[in-house]
Amino acid sequence: MSNIILQAKSINKQFGAVKVCQNFNLEIEKNSLHALIGPNGAGKTTALNLLTGLIKPTSGSISLNGNDITKKSVNVRSQLGLARVFQITSLFNEFSVRENLMLAAGAHQKTGYRFWTNVNRDKRLLEVADEFLEKVGLNQRSSILAGNLSHGEQRQLEMGMALATRPDILLLDEPMAGLGPGGSAKLSELILELKHKMTILLVEHDTHAVFSLADTVSVMVHGEVIATNTPEVIKNNQRVQEAYLGGVSGGAEC
Amino acid sequence: MKNLLTFNRKTVVNSIGLILFLILPFLTKSFEQEYLISFFSMILIYGLAAASLDLILGFGGMISLGHAVFMGIGGYSVGVLAFHKYESSSIFGFDGTENALITWGVAILIAGVFGLLTGAVSLRTKGMSFIMITLAFAQMGYYFFVSLSKYGGSDGLSLYNRNELLGLDLGDDVTFYYICLAILVLFLLIAHRVVNSHFGKVITASRQNEQRVQVLGVASYRYKLAIYTFAAAVAGLAGALMTNQNEFASPELMHWTKSGELMVMVLLGGMGTLFGPVLGAAILLLMEYFLAMYTEHWMVVLGPFLIIVVLFAKNGLYGLLVGSKDKNV
Amino acid sequence: MLLFIEQLFNGLQLGVMLFLMSAGLTLVFGIMQVINLAHGSFYMIGAFVAATVTLHSGSFLLGMVAGLSVAGIIGMIVEMTILRQLYNRNHLDQVLATFGLIFFFNELTRIIWGRQPLFMDIPSWLDGTVEIFAGIEYPLYRLAIIFVGFIVALFLYLLFSRTRLGMQIRAGATNRDIVAALGVNIKLLYTLVFGLGVMLAALAGVMAGPILAVEVGMGESILILTFVVIIIGGIGSVKGAFAGALLVGMVDTLGRAYLPTILSLLLSSELGETLSAPIASMSIYMMMALILAFKPNGLFPIQSRLDS
Repeated sequence: MSNIILQAKSINKQFGAVKVCQNFNLEIEKNSLHALIGPNGAGKTTALNLLTGLIKPTSGSISLNGNDITKKSVNVRSQLGLARVFQITSLFNEFSVRENLMLAAGAHQKTGYRFWTNVNRDKRLLEVADEFLEKVGLNQRSSILAGNLSHGEQRQLEMGMALATRPDILLLDEPMAGLGPGGSAKLSELILELKHKMTILLVEHDTHAVFSLADTVSVMVHGEVIATNTPEVIKNNQRVQEAYLGGVSGGAEC
Repeated sequence: MKNLLTFNRKTVVNSIGLILFLILPFLTKSFEQEYLISFFSMILIYGLAAASLDLILGFGGMISLGHAVFMGIGGYSVGVLAFHKYESSSIFGFDGTENALITWGVAILIAGVFGLLTGAVSLRTKGMSFIMITLAFAQMGYYFFVSLSKYGGSDGLSLYNRNELLGLDLGDDVTFYYICLAILVLFLLIAHRVVNSHFGKVITASRQNEQRVQVLGVASYRYKLAIYTFAAAVAGLAGALMTNQNEFASPELMHWTKSGELMVMVLLGGMGTLFGPVLGAAILLLMEYFLAMYTEHWMVVLGPFLIIVVLFAKNGLYGLLVGSKDKNV
Repeated sequence: MLLFIEQLFNGLQLGVMLFLMSAGLTLVFGIMQVINLAHGSFYMIGAFVAATVTLHSGSFLLGMVAGLSVAGIIGMIVEMTILRQLYNRNHLDQVLATFGLIFFFNELTRIIWGRQPLFMDIPSWLDGTVEIFAGIEYPLYRLAIIFVGFIVALFLYLLFSRTRLGMQIRAGATNRDIVAALGVNIKLLYTLVFGLGVMLAALAGVMAGPILAVEVGMGESILILTFVVIIIGGIGSVKGAFAGALLVGMVDTLGRAYLPTILSLLLSSELGETLSAPIASMSIYMMMALILAFKPNGLFPIQSRLDS
């Protein structure tokens, strides 16, 4: 039980009359690579928003490392070790690549408000930024404005920023979407490198990539997790196949 | 290469600006237009207030339409303390005084505390609500002083003379001008450091995408409140200087049209540039000055001019001068 | 007690005026997502035109029709020429441009009518007082204002709940993309909504004419109160505007009437004398701060779905 790092218990979420999550349950083991898959409109992004704290559940509870975080704000959850990579890239486009990373680094250094030292001479920030520039392979592009990066590079930077907060658990929202084969391979490589060094929750629409990467797979349909097991078992699960092949149309959208 | 060029150009523009302000008193003397020196002090004071607004508006993206209230509070701090000095009475147990070190300090403190309190409420909202709330709080200050009949109500409060500062004669317009200039330059240096620090980057990042900042683990609200309070305190100092300049404190100082004018100065000069708003203050005041020579109805020209600037000139004049769209100073 | 009831009616009357101002403006904010500071200008234009026409024709009703039409036409022209450019701009641009409009309209009014305030007489058929309860006389004209305000509220209620146009407007306040997708002529809808808001503001201005001085700047003082109403009620909600307007009208009127007395009992006599009037003038802002501390989106927030 103590091996569970993130747990969502009977989460319900309604927008007005629309139920987007119903009785959503999820347990993620420490240092595992856990995938959450499901057809379009199953509520995957909503589930991530609930876990990140961007929206609050109508009922149910969420705990991180055994602490109840249901009512905790977004930034507190991040301080507790939760990091998120967005599906729609949301970088600070007016900042350079390095400045983006420094911002993430500074967010997790407990040194109070640094309002006097010029960021470009702040060693503690620069060191972390350079470490992650290296890690995501953007050292050649450090002084380019984030808005001018290619789509693939923006994804890399997104990853770098999430990692620079030195999280215990990383939530990845469809990181492969919109990437060419080259970019996909690069990202898979990075994810493999991180695998088992930290907990990763990978949300994907494309099941192909997931089955080769994940330790555990959960399947979400109509706002509910219908099965959780190893990739092999999930592949052959009757209900999962029905959900993907049988006419699951729209319903709740996220 | 391009970076080096813009850097040089910025330094050149700023240096020319500083030199111009330094020699202005000599120019007015040699052209025998000494009466203009008060007008230039006004530009410096409005420049200080507008640059402080730029911290929250240009860098933080917080559209405050009530910044003048902090000027008003600063202005009244000086006025009320002088009033009690003349009366030889006390306020909340403190004697009145004309010592600038105290009165200006009180102005900064009270404006800052008011900024902290109203900011704490206002910053809970975003977008249109924030604009309207800052405006409403400013108007609250305005009506407070309008109905405060002990200190003159809507007629305002007159000073017999300017404050005393370390034996300097502030009554001398040139001395006062240089003190305003020194304070403005000092503020710009401090603000320049602040906006280029990690703290400043968090503020700028919040303007771009606040939710993302929070997901990174930053309590952006506190950062915004801190810069809001700082800007309020500086505007309080500008108000204290204004009361000294005019030897008069009046509720008009915090009327919402003043807040609007500060905003216009920031936009005219260039948002998020710190130096630009000073230029913007100069432009707006000079425009008012010259238009007023031709017609008493100068606002009928200024209004459409504003609309045209908003619709067509996005980067402000400072942006044109330094030739850079880069908003980071 | 008699005085208290009279003050209640005064509060109601102010509330009704604020409702006329805020009903249109909250829709403009909610539907077009544009912050319009110049709304008070139409209140002023309505009052000036009505005062002039009433003076020359001797007919208050004619003045009212003239005030509403002139303001409405100017409003729609402003919407079509300037505001339309601002719908896709950020709030700062909207603030500054409409701030420019205020400068322009205020100064233009000064050029046309001069600096002296105009005075409007209460029409003879609304002059005098009525006994509303035993022993309580209340001015007929103010009663008429309250009556008109409630008629307008009823009209808006029917418009929104019973007509197709009203449904489109309401839908627009919640999600304008959906309305566009339904094939509604958005441009026309915006102009109509803006025109409606302007005419309501002008109506308030015309009715305020005989009880307040018709002067430049009259629009701005009521505009700020209107903003407080909209914030308290929730941006885009006409129901919120109605509740907020009555609340602000009551609290402001009763606060000014009774807070000084209460405060002078609580505070020392000298301090009470100095501070009671200023504090009374701040009462609605404190109420606003208090409401926002608990409900940052106002009392009747428009539910817009958080799409991700």
